[in-house]
Amino acid sequence: MEFVAVQFLNGLASASSLFLVASGLSIIFGVTRIVNFAHGSFYMLGAYMAWTLATRLSAGPLGFWGAIIGAALAVGVLGAALEVTILRRIYRAPEMFQLLATFGVVLVVEDLALLIWGPADLLGPRAPGLRGAVDIFGQRFPEYELLLIAIGPLVLVLLWLLFYRTRWGTLVRAATEDREMAAALGVDQRRLFTAVFFLGSVLAGLGGALQLPRETINLNMGFATVVEAFVVVVVGGLGSVPGAYLAAFLIAELHAFGILVFPKITLVLIFLVMAVVLIVRPHGLLGRPFVGLPASVVSPAAVLRPSSPAARWVGAIGFVALLAAPFALGDYALTVATEIAILVLFAASLHFIMGPGGMVSFGHAAYFGLGAYAAALVASRLAAPMVAGLFVAPVVAGLAGAAFGWFSGRLSGVYLAMLTLAFAQICWSVAFQWAELTGGDNGILGVWPPAWAAPAAAYYYLAVALSLSAVLLLRRAIRAPFGYALRAGRDAPLRAEAIGIDVAATRRIAFAVAAGSAGLAGGLFAFFKGSVFPTYLSIPRSVDGLLMVLLGGVNSVSGPVIGAIVYTGLGEQLVRFTDYWRLAMGVAIIALVLAFPEGIAGFAARLADRRRGAPAEDAR
Amino acid sequence: MSVLAVRDLAKSFGGVQALAGVSFEVAAGKMQAMIGPNGAGKTTCFNLLDGQLRLDAGRVYLAGTDITGLPTRRIWRLGVGRTFQIAGVFASMTVAENVQTVLLSHRRRLAAFWPRVADLYRDEALDLLAQVGMAEQAERSCGVLAYGDVKRVELAMALAHSPRLLLMDEPTAGMAPGERMALMSLVAGLARAREMAVLFTEHDMDAVFAHADRILVLDRGRLIADGSPAEVRTDARVRAVYLGSDAVAEAG
Ligand SMILES: Nc1ncnc2c1ncn2[C@@H]1O[C@H](COP(=O)(O)OP(=O)(O)OP(=O)(O)O)[C@@H](O)[C@H]1O
Ligand SMILES: [Mg+2]
Repeated sequence: MEFVAVQFLNGLASASSLFLVASGLSIIFGVTRIVNFAHGSFYMLGAYMAWTLATRLSAGPLGFWGAIIGAALAVGVLGAALEVTILRRIYRAPEMFQLLATFGVVLVVEDLALLIWGPADLLGPRAPGLRGAVDIFGQRFPEYELLLIAIGPLVLVLLWLLFYRTRWGTLVRAATEDREMAAALGVDQRRLFTAVFFLGSVLAGLGGALQLPRETINLNMGFATVVEAFVVVVVGGLGSVPGAYLAAFLIAELHAFGILVFPKITLVLIFLVMAVVLIVRPHGLLGRPFVGLPASVVSPAAVLRPSSPAARWVGAIGFVALLAAPFALGDYALTVATEIAILVLFAASLHFIMGPGGMVSFGHAAYFGLGAYAAALVASRLAAPMVAGLFVAPVVAGLAGAAFGWFSGRLSGVYLAMLTLAFAQICWSVAFQWAELTGGDNGILGVWPPAWAAPAAAYYYLAVALSLSAVLLLRRAIRAPFGYALRAGRDAPLRAEAIGIDVAATRRIAFAVAAGSAGLAGGLFAFFKGSVFPTYLSIPRSVDGLLMVLLGGVNSVSGPVIGAIVYTGLGEQLVRFTDYWRLAMGVAIIALVLAFPEGIAGFAARLADRRRGAPAEDAR
Repeated sequence: MSVLAVRDLAKSFGGVQALAGVSFEVAAGKMQAMIGPNGAGKTTCFNLLDGQLRLDAGRVYLAGTDITGLPTRRIWRLGVGRTFQIAGVFASMTVAENVQTVLLSHRRRLAAFWPRVADLYRDEALDLLAQVGMAEQAERSCGVLAYGDVKRVELAMALAHSPRLLLMDEPTAGMAPGERMALMSLVAGLARAREMAVLFTEHDMDAVFAHADRILVLDRGRLIADGSPAEVRTDARVRAVYLGSDAVAEAG
């Protein structure tokens, strides 16, 4: 009994930390509609800055608390600066581009932190005056945790007062509920957005700074936190601060007790809760449907024109180059080319649902990884030939995609994206925690192709043949009736239903097809690398896919191909030439987003149109 | 037998009774107008008829078959075409492709992954577009059309599966007066030629009285008149509703 009480208190303390980060994320999303991946980086920066300040300032309470508050405010200023310098320029771009930009910031911050604070974990000072522990039901409980428990509700009350007792708060609420309405009422959006970013980032910074006496500070804490904060925000309801507390409480307690009852599946449990909440209450526990939140998160697309003669030439030359590559390239370059060929299929499969489907997936790696694991398991556990593995991979992933499509029902937009994230995390957790089957963190090794496909050139041709065929089929499907049905459902769902299209069913089929294609890519990747690891299903890989699609241009059929080549090629080069490839990559992403909000292929198409003197109307 | 028969339709949104006890019929080959002030419940009525909204009470019969509560896409397949007050077309497609997509859906070929849409039912689509005067713009993107043209495309789409009942919610909004008359004459001609029943809402009383065979008048969710244009024009309650605008009295 005593133990349960203490565990409950532990949960409450974690809930407070989680709430601080999540409430900031929720407020920012509510007002600006930006899914801010950089929020976790601000959390991390809060912790690092507090560490620096605390170790420089006096050791007393003033120094410690000064460091915490100072760090939170400094992070707030950084958040406001992010809004003013980058995000403000792209509010008119599709929402996914804002996400892309914030992801660029994540990469930049991660490497800057590495530059400034080094790779080693840092240990912060304990809080002066709160170093001891109190006796609770005969168990020792740290005083600092008690303080944390109090801070969560305190901040909740302060935020409530701010939102319901001040004029500024009223504006924020108005903007959260109905952006157009608020704009019509003459709210100065620019200042409001900057202020909201400041407030949200202060909360993230505070959340991070308060970890100083609790845990070591490291470069990974940002990403782990932002994912959990997303879960909290979605479960609580986007834009709802009390919802964020409720959800933080739920998730933290689930963690605290789940670890006792089902130590193996705590991670699964959390994402399962999120999935169930989204299915049962699509707007979260305390959330309300948004007014003016587009169902699709990508911009209205341009008309698909037949490929121009120039594009056909590029395609033909590219094809010849693909065939000739093994004669011209060395082994290393050929492995890079193989990897690119596989990732092109991964990107094209994601593009299939994002572009024509208008559905954003934050968890497309789930299907890539499922395909990889299916292939590897068939090969290693059943000792089946590679061909069987490559056959099973798309089937398993496709079935998983169909199942997901069935569960996701009528969700769309950000909510759908969040459910895809939850599903991917569930898959990742299973791969990570079900070690008997998957080898856990160690993965499955020795998944090599048979002798005939073992030489680099042979596997290259195999990968290119399968990937290219699948990509061409996907492209063909986009220009076929099915692609039109899918786009009809994206452009005008009500109109689509009013001409006999079952929009939900069309989307489900698209999801299954995309998942199957990603699964094939995963299977190819497994035999290519000779091993599979949980990272294949992880969020960073999903984000890789998103970046490729968005860089290439969502609205272009060739976009994913170009995006995958540029992204993988760039990454490969950067890793070779600099230790700070994340920094370079992040800066490149931000620059690309600012320069080409319609993606590389979209930009090229517009350029070509301008030269042809074609009407500018199609070149969106 | 009438193509559409509606019995005691009712719908409320929260506290607002948008429609109550509305019954009427639409006959084949006839143009039937539904008029009423803003917020009278016309669009709501259409949304109930084609299944976009769930009704609270009442029955809807299409050529004698009960279609109450069926999903929109089923009702469409049974032969109900529709244009929207706020026109909805597929902005990422050309004008022709919009109509082709409808034709593909009608022929149940939208699940195909292989054939190129560019080659499918193109002539048929161009024929339909020619009827509404949009053939020259067939290759333009629907996302950039003038609003009146979007309405025309929508009409071609609604006609594509040869519906027996056509619902048009303010079909001429955004058009010049001359264009309005032309469009309504076109629809009236088609209604007669195809034996198609047409139910339309319209704020332009000239268009209504020039083309309607019969007129329904809604006011705050209730049907206050149902009769020939002459009857409606002289109806005291209708005049009361439109008092001050004199629209009904002057029209025609
Ligand atoms: N989805 C909805 N939720 C709440 N109220 C609604 C909704 N749709 C319509 N209403 C209300 O129902 C009533 C009827 O609206 P409706 O749009 O049917 O009128 P209308 O006759 O089409 O008007 P107009 O001529 O302006 O198009 C109005 O009071 C409107 O505010
Ligand atoms: Mg209306």
